Order: sequence, then structure tokens, then C-alpha cells
Amino acid sequence: MQIILNGAATEVADALTMAELIEQLKLGGRRLAVEVNAELVPRSRFSEHRLAPQDQVEIIHAVGGG
Amino acid sequence: MPIETAATDRFTLAGREYSSRLLVGTGKYKDMAETARAIEASGAEIVTVAVRRTNLGQTPGEPNILDILPPERYTILPNTAGCYDVETAVRTCRLARELLDGHNLVKLEVLGDEKTLFPDVIATLKAAEELVKDGFQVMVYTNDDPIVARQLEEIGCIAVMPLAAPIGSGLGIRNPLNIRTIVENAHVPILVDAGVGTASDAAVAMELGCDGVLMNTAIAAARDPILMASAMRKGIEAGREAYLAGRMAPKRFASASSPIEGLFFQH
Repeated sequence: MQIILNGAATEVADALTMAELIEQLKLGGRRLAVEVNAELVPRSRFSEHRLAPQDQVEIIHAVGGG
Repeated sequence: MPIETAATDRFTLAGREYSSRLLVGTGKYKDMAETARAIEASGAEIVTVAVRRTNLGQTPGEPNILDILPPERYTILPNTAGCYDVETAVRTCRLARELLDGHNLVKLEVLGDEKTLFPDVIATLKAAEELVKDGFQVMVYTNDDPIVARQLEEIGCIAVMPLAAPIGSGLGIRNPLNIRTIVENAHVPILVDAGVGTASDAAVAMELGCDGVLMNTAIAAARDPILMASAMRKGIEAGREAYLAGRMAPKRFASASSPIEGLFFQH
């Protein structure tokens, strides 16, 4: 299925969980936060949250800023 | 009575005490090492960060800004820079809270226009209301309007942060009388956020009675950011001590500093 990951159309396995996506992106253990379709997905729910086709996934982190 | 100096006078924010009244941003530095050295030289204990998309698979092992800001030493203040509407500002704060393990202190800014980066105060008021309801401790960037500052305080923002001049402009305090009025009306900390250009600007903000100053570009864009960070630290301390000391009343004409009595010649 296709999801929109940080603005880019991306092919992933059907019914992939957020935890699996984070693992595949080699982002495990990094300080990040995630929202799907503009709703926050807490870290504690990564393993149960299943992605659906066309989900808009944003993975964010902290950067320098004022 | 003990003498109150900038060294013994503490800044309280959200129930926590700080010895520094200088808050710094972490943007626009050459690299992470320079950022770390500038923060160190500034003495700041509250440091802002922004929230952006993670680079996916491009630079693994790339240092993250949070790596140089140990939480036992610094209070991290995530901002909503780049947000032009209520919804994105609120989403950004929720992501930041998740990112920082439930830490709910945020710097809210809802911008109105790219040329001035002035706040959209109507959207700012709405976003502040939503965030306060959602349990955030909101430090809010606003313009130098005393009425809006009062309304933001009434909503429940824990600090109100009027701009001195446009973000990144370095123009200094353009409207000191409004800043003074905001300070006089306030029951929450007032910090000048944005527009400071050099150490004397920081001192002026503190002499006006502000509780602190938040800055980024004035340090990061100096020829020597580390030295400027140190200068800002001193400017903040000097301004605060001058405010606490209470300046002399200005007079139009001279008043001799040496005694008139005991002159041994006629004049």
C-alpha cells in the first residue's frame, strides 16, 4: 500500500504497524514524535497502531531554532 | 537588608527557579559545536528548539540538537516557529510534548506574514486558549500591544513575550514605552522576545523591568557568536542590576559631583 511519509508517496507493506515502520526506517531509539493524518500517535501505541492506505505520516524531531 | 544583585535575584518560571534571565535559541549557528559553545558562554538555562520533519535515511548518526542539551542542565523550550495558523501551532505543541516525554512548556508563536514575522494576534489568542485548556504551559510571542499582552495573561499564559522589533532584525527596542506599560500591568513574567541586536539592547530591556530576554540571531549572526553570547550575558545582568538599583532621576542641567564648600580660591 502507499502512504505519504513526510510528504513523499512511499510504498510499504499492508497493515504495517508504526513500530515496524520506525524499525524499517532505522529510527529506533531516536528522539522523535509521530502524527498520522494530523493526529498524534504516542510512542506507547506504536506497536498497535496499524497504518492504512494513503495515511499521511509525519515523523518529526527537534532542530535548532529560535 | 541584603543587597539584591543579579547573582542572588532568581527568575521563577513555571515553578522552577533560574539564575539566568537570558533565554537563547539554537538556530542559525555554523554547526552543533558552535551552538553548544554559544549556549555555554551565554549562561542560559532555558533554550529553544524547533520541531521539523526528520531526515529519512539521509544522514544516519547525525547529531541531534537534544544531544547537546542535557535535560538535567537545560529546560527545553520547543517553539511553533513557522506556524501561520491555530491548527498547525497546536499540532506542533502536541508533537513537541510527545517528543519531550510529556514536558508541557512551549513557546507559542503564530505568525501573520513572512515579511515582518509579526504575530497574528487573533490566531495567537485562539491557539493560546486551546493550548492552556490542553494543559500546556504557554510562553507566548506577541507584539508590543499592552492590551493583547493583558488578554494573553488572562487566558492563562505563564509568560508573555512581546517583540522588541521584528524577529532577526537586530533593530533593538523600538517601543520602550509600550514594553514598560506591559511590564507594569503584568502579573506573569514579561520577556522581550525578538529584535535585540546587541548587548545594550538586552540591558535596556532589563532596565525597563522585563523579567528576561529571549534571543537567537543577535548571538548567532555576530561575527564572533561566542563572544557575543558572553556580552549578552553581561548586558542582561547589568540591566537587571540597574533596574533593581533604581536609576537616578534625569535632570536637565548639571549637578556638581565635588563639594562646593571649601574651595580655596574665588570663582
